[in-house]
Amino acid sequence: MSEHDVLNPKVMPHDPERATLEGKNKFLGFWFFLGGETVLFASLFGTYLALRNSTNGGMASNELFGLELVFIMTMFLLTSSLTSVYAMYHMKNNDFKKMQLWLGITVALGFAFLACELYEFYHYIHEYEFTFRSSAFGSAFYTLVGFHGGHVVFGLMWILALMFRNAKRGLNLYNAPKFYVASLYWHFIDVVWVFIFTVVYLMGVL
Amino acid sequence: MSNSIAQNRSFGAAMWDYLTTVDHKKIGIMYLVAGGFFFLLGGLEAMAIRWQLIKPENDFVSAGFYNELITMHGTTMIFLAAMPLIFALMNAVVPLQIGARDVAFPFLNSLGFWLFLFGGILLNCSWFLGGAPDAGWTAYAPLSTISPGEGVDFYVLGLQISGAGTLIGGINFLVTIVNMRAPGMTYMRMPLFTWTAFITSTLILFAFPALTVGLFLMMFDRLFGSGFFDASMGGNSVIWEHLFWIFGHPEVYILILPAFGVFSDVFSTFSKKRLFGYTAMVFATVLIGFLGFMVWAHHMFTVGLGPAANSIFAVATMAIAVPTGIKIFNWLFTLWGGNIKINSAMLWALGFIPSFTLGGMTGVMLAAASADYQYHDSYFVVAHFHYVIVGGVVFGIFSGLHYWWPKMFGRILDETLGKITFWTFFVGFHLTFFIQHFLGLMGMPRRYWVYLEDQGLDFGNLISTIGAFFMAIGAIVFLYNVVITSIKGEKAGADPWDGRTLEWSIPSPPPHYNFTQTPLVRGLDPLWIEKSEGRKGMTPAEPLSDIHMPNGSILPFVMSLGLFIAGFGFIYQKYDLAWLSLVFIGMGILLGSMLIRSLKDDLGYHIHKEDLEKEARK
Repeated sequence: MSEHDVLNPKVMPHDPERATLEGKNKFLGFWFFLGGETVLFASLFGTYLALRNSTNGGMASNELFGLELVFIMTMFLLTSSLTSVYAMYHMKNNDFKKMQLWLGITVALGFAFLACELYEFYHYIHEYEFTFRSSAFGSAFYTLVGFHGGHVVFGLMWILALMFRNAKRGLNLYNAPKFYVASLYWHFIDVVWVFIFTVVYLMGVL
Repeated sequence: MSNSIAQNRSFGAAMWDYLTTVDHKKIGIMYLVAGGFFFLLGGLEAMAIRWQLIKPENDFVSAGFYNELITMHGTTMIFLAAMPLIFALMNAVVPLQIGARDVAFPFLNSLGFWLFLFGGILLNCSWFLGGAPDAGWTAYAPLSTISPGEGVDFYVLGLQISGAGTLIGGINFLVTIVNMRAPGMTYMRMPLFTWTAFITSTLILFAFPALTVGLFLMMFDRLFGSGFFDASMGGNSVIWEHLFWIFGHPEVYILILPAFGVFSDVFSTFSKKRLFGYTAMVFATVLIGFLGFMVWAHHMFTVGLGPAANSIFAVATMAIAVPTGIKIFNWLFTLWGGNIKINSAMLWALGFIPSFTLGGMTGVMLAAASADYQYHDSYFVVAHFHYVIVGGVVFGIFSGLHYWWPKMFGRILDETLGKITFWTFFVGFHLTFFIQHFLGLMGMPRRYWVYLEDQGLDFGNLISTIGAFFMAIGAIVFLYNVVITSIKGEKAGADPWDGRTLEWSIPSPPPHYNFTQTPLVRGLDPLWIEKSEGRKGMTPAEPLSDIHMPNGSILPFVMSLGLFIAGFGFIYQKYDLAWLSLVFIGMGILLGSMLIRSLKDDLGYHIHKEDLEKEARK
């Protein structure tokens, strides 16, 4: 049996992302990677918490932050997590077209989130002169939120690359794990945002 | 696959083979060569330090250069020598010990190596480009953030790149050990070395991201004008210390645990006994790994965190002595009543026990927070951590190299030379560092480039320097041994030590697919079980069939090269933004290679059953 037949079985298994050893390895390895990412963000959160009142005479967080825009951003990102679940649901049912559709919606929501974030940063910098270099608080804020934003950018590029690469050939046991771990990554980004929303913005306006 | 082809190929083809290889055994050899090179470099720096301290107010090196020497000695030995040498052993042995044909992510394995190597080269480029980092291997802010020139920038970028490689390697071994064990190889049948590799990988996974963040913050402070550690902007330099030690303390367990694994395997093999208290050994390893994350602030007792924090961290630190003590006693009981054979590997293991116990004892002394105010930043601390790292990790690496050299290279290291190495190094080590305890207690501070005459420090420092030369001689004899062995060393069979674990059930060196048929594991020390029941080797768990193997790739090398280029761009853009072009080129190479990796299917290839049969008949 050639590699092609092994990866394109007549009946797709229910968990195509874990049907091969390579898939199982990717699945587990990515969970471990997310464990490491958790420590990375925990370190950034710790740094932020230590420095969030070190405004160096500049504006404090309760003068800067408004919850309206952040609420919209949260909605975009939470919804995108849901749509990526739909995409994975269709992957398990071997419905490639619907998976692509829901991934497309996920990406669109991700871009909407990113646009809001860029506007937010632009606003802070130009309206309030609150920058990366204005205080330790500024450095910590832009680093924490920026690391998250960087993850969003990377996630979007990743999902788009997978969508375009596999657009013509559909789902098989080689690319199913790739889609699956990309969606795991997307969920992780979403979870981190929940913490940013709480620790940075909610605690910031109080 | 035939050997005659392999021997006749040109140098270029061999180079290309190593640049693109994803074979864990070859990657292990590359880790060994690169780590060995950096070990010599760090050793050279150590010799320069000791030569400077041979007499009072010596002027062999300047104060500034001395700072560069101590910084690079520490950084090189920890990140570029000890870590990769540990990874060399893990790569060479772990897949064989669990009966796997390869690691879980062969491509990432290669990427991890090249990232480490390019990071190490970037760091050492600083010597030729205006001066090495000079803020100590711990790079405490604000000393490091205001250090002039680019030295500390090279530290930050070099460690960031090689740290990423280490993290990748850690994840790779975790998945390998969880997913790729042969049938019957349950967790509680894994050899201790594999267990320690497993726990070490867990520590890497959870410790290195803290260093990643610390290095990012320092990079932002030095190169992009942020204020994390800058008090004038409201920053707090203690954050660096926390992040560094949240990484840094688990790091010492990352180094020592695999050495514990080596000793466990060596003691058990050369005592012809099952490891005493195997379950307790596993438990102790896990416990050390867990507690290793709870003690980072014992490096910061004098910062002023307060008596409550200091007490908690002091107690947690002392608690680590318990599982470590369990291990020491289990090794002794493994020897007890055993049919002991003393060779070079065993000598290093036997030398380790008293040496490491001394280091552990001073560790408990240092853990007493109030007493630590006296020891802090003195030569007592220097003596302590050299006792655990040299007496533990370096002894472990030497022991492991003697033990597994036949498996890695097919030849047995010369025993006479091995014993000469051990005795010169062992005696030199104690000469160098034992006296440093007392130098420290008499008030000699760490990291000072001179000391005054007639302060009671002259004789001790002279002894210490003499000892360092003995260690250097030992290291040179070992190198000579490697050369002699590769020229006319005794050829090793599959099982030169009458071994107990799976790696001794296959030829030395193993074929690139390791196991022709995956072995069936029936208990702890699987090969020993088969041998004691009169069989010659392992019983296969599967019929002879095609073997799936991964393709080689040059991409890991290219990706690491991209980051290396970008590293220079990040450093020099602080003078002229035109250097940012290097950042774009380097990151472009990296991201472009990642995209190629993502888009291009890499399905591997098969070794056919017929070829395996042909190989077997030869």
